[in-house]
Amino acid sequence: MPALKQFGFGLLLTLVVAVAAALLIVLPVWLLLVSVALLAAWMALTRMGQQASALAAISIATLPQRLSSSSVIVVGIAGVVGVLVALLAMAAGFEATLKETGTDDAAIVMSSGARSEIQSALNRDTIATIAQVPQVRQNAQGQPMVSTEIVVAASFPKKHGGADANVEIRGVAERVWDLRPNVKITAGRKLKPGLNELLVGARVRERFAGTEVGSTLQMRGQKWAIIGIFDSGDAFNSEIWGDADVVSSAFHRESSPTSMTVQLTQAQAFDAFKAGIASNRRLQVDVQTTRQYYAGQSAGLTQLIRMLGTTVGAIMAIGAIFGAVNTMYAAIATRGREIAVLRAIGFYGGPVVLSVLLETMLLAAVGGTLGAAIAWAIFDGFTASTMGIIFAFKVSPALLWNGLKWALAIGLVGGIFPAFRAARAPIISGLREL
Amino acid sequence: MKYLDLIWAALFRRRVRTIFTLLSVVTAFLLFGLLDSVRNGFATAGQAGANRLVTASKISFGLPLPLSLYERFREVPGVTQIEYASALAGTYRDPQNFIPVEGHSDSFLDLYPEWKISPSEREMYLKTRSGVIASESLAQKYHWKVGDKIPLQTSFNRKDGSTNWTFDLVGTFRITDPSMQSSNGIVYGRWAYVNEAREKGTDTVDWFVLRVPDANDIDRVAREVDALSANSDHETKTVTEFAFYADFLGQLANIGLIVGAIMGAVFFTLLLLTGNTMAQAVRERIPEMATLKAIGFTPRIVFGLVMGESVLLLLLGSALGLAVAAAVIYEARSRVGYAAFMSPMVQAIWLRGLALAVIVGLVVGVFPALRGMRLRIVDALSGR
Repeated sequence: MPALKQFGFGLLLTLVVAVAAALLIVLPVWLLLVSVALLAAWMALTRMGQQASALAAISIATLPQRLSSSSVIVVGIAGVVGVLVALLAMAAGFEATLKETGTDDAAIVMSSGARSEIQSALNRDTIATIAQVPQVRQNAQGQPMVSTEIVVAASFPKKHGGADANVEIRGVAERVWDLRPNVKITAGRKLKPGLNELLVGARVRERFAGTEVGSTLQMRGQKWAIIGIFDSGDAFNSEIWGDADVVSSAFHRESSPTSMTVQLTQAQAFDAFKAGIASNRRLQVDVQTTRQYYAGQSAGLTQLIRMLGTTVGAIMAIGAIFGAVNTMYAAIATRGREIAVLRAIGFYGGPVVLSVLLETMLLAAVGGTLGAAIAWAIFDGFTASTMGIIFAFKVSPALLWNGLKWALAIGLVGGIFPAFRAARAPIISGLREL
Repeated sequence: MKYLDLIWAALFRRRVRTIFTLLSVVTAFLLFGLLDSVRNGFATAGQAGANRLVTASKISFGLPLPLSLYERFREVPGVTQIEYASALAGTYRDPQNFIPVEGHSDSFLDLYPEWKISPSEREMYLKTRSGVIASESLAQKYHWKVGDKIPLQTSFNRKDGSTNWTFDLVGTFRITDPSMQSSNGIVYGRWAYVNEAREKGTDTVDWFVLRVPDANDIDRVAREVDALSANSDHETKTVTEFAFYADFLGQLANIGLIVGAIMGAVFFTLLLLTGNTMAQAVRERIPEMATLKAIGFTPRIVFGLVMGESVLLLLLGSALGLAVAAAVIYEARSRVGYAAFMSPMVQAIWLRGLALAVIVGLVVGVFPALRGMRLRIVDALSGR
């Protein structure tokens, strides 16, 4: 019977811990802070609370005696949080770069079946027809705000060695500036039509050799002068722009621009725009808002990285929990006599549990903060490139807070069993160790 | 070996502590097994294609090339067989069920002997214009049986105006080489059927595959093939299939760096954790070790006992962790999906894992072992 009771108790405890850990992860910040404040008040004002704070003070005061074993919890959890934050920051950075690139009131038109601009080919008739559709906004001069572009790729040597890497080259028309107001020229000037000139995106300049204003690049057997650098804060920063006609003829693709970007009169006009085009059988094109297009380009990869990060983090967390349990069992074993004496003189079991939990979660919080700080220091702004898009890792406060919550959850799960063990060990056998 | 009993007993003195430490070691090596399999998978993808050259558009893979190049490639010395394909993609029933379809020329299965298929089904495939073959795991996923009609919703227009393509499943295959198993999710049809039915891109292909049996010819053939399309509107880039996969996966992520960094963090924490456990274990047993030395065990043997305990702990944990990883990988790879890029748990991964376990065990055991070896019997026995 006692064995069954023990087992039942263990099961119940596991359930309670699982619920508590889930709550920890799900509850918003303010609610958690409120609960912490309530706990602090309870500890200061009620009798049991004061016992708990006394016990907690003792354990924390004696921490320096257990420095090496406590460091196991701190470093273990720091590792979990560091890896988790780094991987999630990679996903967040990639997603952010692509999400910002699109808006809801601009549409991108590509030939049907093309999964990305570089695979599409439009003909001039189609372009002319679409430009006249009523939902297309017109600029002050009464011209449709449409940018017809050709996207191709070329490879160039990187700054820090390694193989040449592919860069997207976008041939743009003069009207592109109307449609992309967020693109700022940070050095040099805009393109002059009809010349072998290139405008280099900020990220390309950081990563590739010989891309400052005034240098020359070799492409398709011709020399191209770099006359400016632009910064758009989004995926276009990984591109090089040139004059559409000059790029088309250099790549022998005069008659087929790859895509057109259309500014709509308003975001709500998109459905009508899409319906109007679909009803015209001769136009075999796919239409999406630019936001949908760029989100689609990033979705698969960001999901994959997030899944990788969470899986790796979860496995590391389980390892950290075992480490924490080990350390805390050892901690309460060395304090077995103290706890027995305290309980003999009247301290309740509850405060004992709470003090052990507080110690574990304090160590976990230190570990979590350490891991988050290291991840932020090393990875925030770290640039990487995938699928031709150069992006920066984004370590946001929300992400750091997420990491900290994982740390606290690990501390909770790791500390609960030792805590209960400390509170329920028979006092007599604890005293006997004297 | 005669001391194994002693070491084992020492290890399991404090059962709970040892078990929890073991569990931590198990999770560390579980992670190692999984990540190393991903890294190995990326590094070996397409290895079977060392004698196949892939010729595709230099600008972006998948831009159409004219079929007429086929005749010109046949004249390049060193090329024994050529096949070509056009790809389309669609969804099956649910927009989430993405299925890539490749229409290949008749020589396809000759160039890809890793695609094992029964002779009768192979014959059906070559005879049926709208016939397709799918991998056993893909057919299992969607509950297809040979003889089923498979309708796909695509965004590729057919000449009759619709975008729905229907194929007949005439056979299933199994890819025997792990480095090519990422193709398990692809349905293979006939190029002639795709070319005839599609509205755009008639007589174009998306890529060619050339078989060059002699490794010494590979560089020359690649150059000669690309020279045939130089300065045209369909410039090509020809690399071995192995290099093609490596390029593609390399663009995706520097997996070696990511895996290395994660495992660095994991092993650092592991060192600390097991080091702590071993230090505690030895500290508690100082009087016993003194006793051993008093009854005649030499300091060297005492050193060996502690090192043995440490290495045994790591080996047990790593063997268990790697075994669990092997099970997880096996299960994941039997389904169609991203797991295809993980390599199976090959001997190399086991050896790397166990070697690392031994190294960690040795590093972690050194200081406690030295302590045990150097203790002075008198001081230890009197508790000083």
